[in-house]
Amino acid sequence: MFDSSTLLRQRFAALRSTAELFSLRHVKQSQQSLSVRRNVAEPPFFSQDEGAMLTVRVNGVEAYAATADLSQAGLQRALEQAEALARRIKASSLLDLSGQTAPSGRHDHVSPNFEQSLPNLADCLELLAAESASVPRDERLVDWQASLGFSVVEQTYLNSAGAELRHAQRFIYPGLGVTASDGQDSQSRSLGRENFGQQGGFEVVERCGLVGAARWVADEALQLLLAPNTPAGQRDLLLMPDQMMLQIHESIGHPLELDRILGDERNYAGTSFVKAGDFGHLQYGSKLLNVTFDPTIHEELASYSFDDDGTPASKQFLIRDGLLVRPLGGALSQLRSGLDGVANSRACGWNRAPIDRMANLNIEPGEQTLAQLIAGIEHGILMRTNRSWSIDDARNKFQFGCEWGQLIENGELKGVVKNPNYRGISADFWRNLSAVGDRSTFQVLGTPNCGKGEPNQVVQVGHASPACVFRQIDVFGGDA
Amino acid sequence: MSTVYQQRFESLLDGLNAAVQPGEQFTLGYSAEHSQFVRFNHAKVRQAGLVSQASVQLRLVREGRQAEQQITLGDDAELDRQRLHDALAQLRQTLPLLAVDPYLNLDDSNWHSHSLLEQPLPELDEVLALVEREAGDLDLVGIYAAGPICRGFASSFGAFGWHQANSFNFDWSLFHANGQAVKANYAGQAWCGETFAARLRQAREQLAHLGRPAVTLKPGSYRAYLAPAAMDEIAGMLCWGGFSAQALATGNSPLQRLYNGDAQLSPLVSFSEQVSGSLSPAFSDEGSPRRDLLLIGEGRALERLVSARSAVEFGQQANGADSYESPCALSLAPGNLPGEQILERLGTGLYISNLWYLNYSDLPAARMTGLTRFATFWVENGQIQGPVSTMRFDDSLYNLLGNQLEDLSQEREMILSTSTYGQRSTGSSHLPGALVKGLTLTL
Repeated sequence: MFDSSTLLRQRFAALRSTAELFSLRHVKQSQQSLSVRRNVAEPPFFSQDEGAMLTVRVNGVEAYAATADLSQAGLQRALEQAEALARRIKASSLLDLSGQTAPSGRHDHVSPNFEQSLPNLADCLELLAAESASVPRDERLVDWQASLGFSVVEQTYLNSAGAELRHAQRFIYPGLGVTASDGQDSQSRSLGRENFGQQGGFEVVERCGLVGAARWVADEALQLLLAPNTPAGQRDLLLMPDQMMLQIHESIGHPLELDRILGDERNYAGTSFVKAGDFGHLQYGSKLLNVTFDPTIHEELASYSFDDDGTPASKQFLIRDGLLVRPLGGALSQLRSGLDGVANSRACGWNRAPIDRMANLNIEPGEQTLAQLIAGIEHGILMRTNRSWSIDDARNKFQFGCEWGQLIENGELKGVVKNPNYRGISADFWRNLSAVGDRSTFQVLGTPNCGKGEPNQVVQVGHASPACVFRQIDVFGGDA
Repeated sequence: MSTVYQQRFESLLDGLNAAVQPGEQFTLGYSAEHSQFVRFNHAKVRQAGLVSQASVQLRLVREGRQAEQQITLGDDAELDRQRLHDALAQLRQTLPLLAVDPYLNLDDSNWHSHSLLEQPLPELDEVLALVEREAGDLDLVGIYAAGPICRGFASSFGAFGWHQANSFNFDWSLFHANGQAVKANYAGQAWCGETFAARLRQAREQLAHLGRPAVTLKPGSYRAYLAPAAMDEIAGMLCWGGFSAQALATGNSPLQRLYNGDAQLSPLVSFSEQVSGSLSPAFSDEGSPRRDLLLIGEGRALERLVSARSAVEFGQQANGADSYESPCALSLAPGNLPGEQILERLGTGLYISNLWYLNYSDLPAARMTGLTRFATFWVENGQIQGPVSTMRFDDSLYNLLGNQLEDLSQEREMILSTSTYGQRSTGSSHLPGALVKGLTLTL
């Protein structure tokens, strides 16, 4: 771990610059992707990536240069390119960062069980092959795949104010998916994949429940193929954690990103229906809604001690008792807006600059068991596992779809329905939150695929949530 | 600069050819770019930087087994050669752990392809000055991305492909004080300051229409004209498995019913993968020469995109598709609607410049949902009445490009991808606008 640190430290110390502040963010990442599809192992894929971003501040203007040339000359060249660029854009620059304080201090952050050995490649493939082979023989089961992804990231941030912040993280992404088709309609059921990932060792695979899951996942895909469409109309909606994470992500996370509110993302990811003046005033949801930025749940995907700009991370309430109190904005956005934020300035790698991102964005558990949540619904539907997401550029009008639906009548779970979709408006939806599950319903989930920014970046984000109930939501099915 | 990247690739290739052992085959893909990224907000520079990156992807094959590794390259030729040899060693250790791959399908031809386009790019100072001169008083937000892009491919069978081009892509929006916005883009390989200035002025003129009071519509079915940029979003959804041989064979394609012969689109609709003349490399990531393919002809499914792997798995003929079987240069044939008659033929309905955030609400039914975004207008009797507040649609492709399709525009737009996920994209689409009798708005 941190094998490059000594050399980096020496090379950073030898850099020469007239900038008032400069920093180096070195990122080294290795990945391994394994999968078995329809009982045949796909070719394993490995990657090794390493590079550094040099950022300078000259007369209050910042610019960067990213390079994979980590020699002394390569780093010096990148630093000089960044300096020259900062001087060149001075007259056109939107921001004067002269007053922004630079991070300092030293700290290391390491994922839980980071140094625990993982099973070797042959054992991993054997596990996936066994799961794949457990999918029953049924001509309607036309596609299935079991997969494991591992990613190890080591990052070192150094700056001319003396900071040395390092993190070493390992991310694990298990997945299983089965598609059933009758030639006209197709229905898929999955576990993990885009809806699950955690930091840690092989215990993450166990927590996901991958081993032994193929039979029930395949069975549920077949159930969906035979199920009626979700009936259209207003129903109480019980969202399980693997759909809650998407709901949180799209209609709380993105609208609270401060760079969107400041207009940076209007050309691509979009703006926000939330305004800077809403913090401390807007009743975002019902009194049951408590949303936190929480980097302290160790296994969650975006747990860390410092963000990529070097700001120390701590748990903060963004929404407390339904009241909007704090945005998702890093140090720069906080300076620009005058609002208190969180440590969420993040980059996807060495070749992209940090911007405001979601990290771990969670809903705090309430007091009801799942049985109590269901019992409290007279005319409703349970939905689980996201499969479709769409929301407007202000993050207000949304339509989401799930893999699995189950009607609820008079407090009891009833039949399975396919194509469960629902739509609503963020500004109203969370005010209809009527019940929040307790810790027994709470799951730590996340996704590796949150896209944003110009140039584009994909980062992993964590979402932990209990099951939740929303009153009188428009639900509907598909055409098939 | 012109031959540096290619020399680096060839040097690595020479080393690899010398290092492989009898019985081993390899493919080596190469990707590099030197990019200038400048983000704008309020017509000022919000963030600026330079990114220099290069990587190779090595696939090693022996005795029917295969594995791949991608490594980032630096500027030190000796260090890069060592990294590649380390990757080779790791793949050698990996192969014996694998079962024989029944779908391994190597292209053993020794094709050659070479493309080098090096039109000069503008100095950043010129770009900044034009933005200041033409839009300094406007609320402009967006990104300028420019620089050389390289893609290479070589195999132990002697195949060699090289694609290198300077390109730029300025993608921006102008915002009205009322929150409405117009989107514009100037992209290509031959920069012209006057053309850029003209695009900025055109966007400024369009902005004036957005000052009218916004029109709020109720859910329902509306006549609509979908401009090429809006059609690009719909086409983008079809690229998501629509033409893929694997997706079609495994129930995961939105065009399943079309390819099964159970549904068809309007006879006006002819989609093709038109690689020739596009900005994409002439070879796939798998190392096969790409081909122009007629995917949908007059509303009926024809060819599908077949990768080498799918060809074996599903008993079909590989046709130069990328491994993920997505079009890189999708083209929709033009129709009969002249540009100057669009508003008149629309009559009363929606003029939709852009769509946003599409996804499937029922994939096998090709039913998709999404939202209007940027410069969507309500039109009455051929006259623009005002901008329309964001609306959601939810409709099937079999309606929009099937029984509800009235015409396609005569003029088409070449839309160059603005995607910069991981690297700057070379993808493009060539699309007309579509006049539809009914588009279902739901929220």
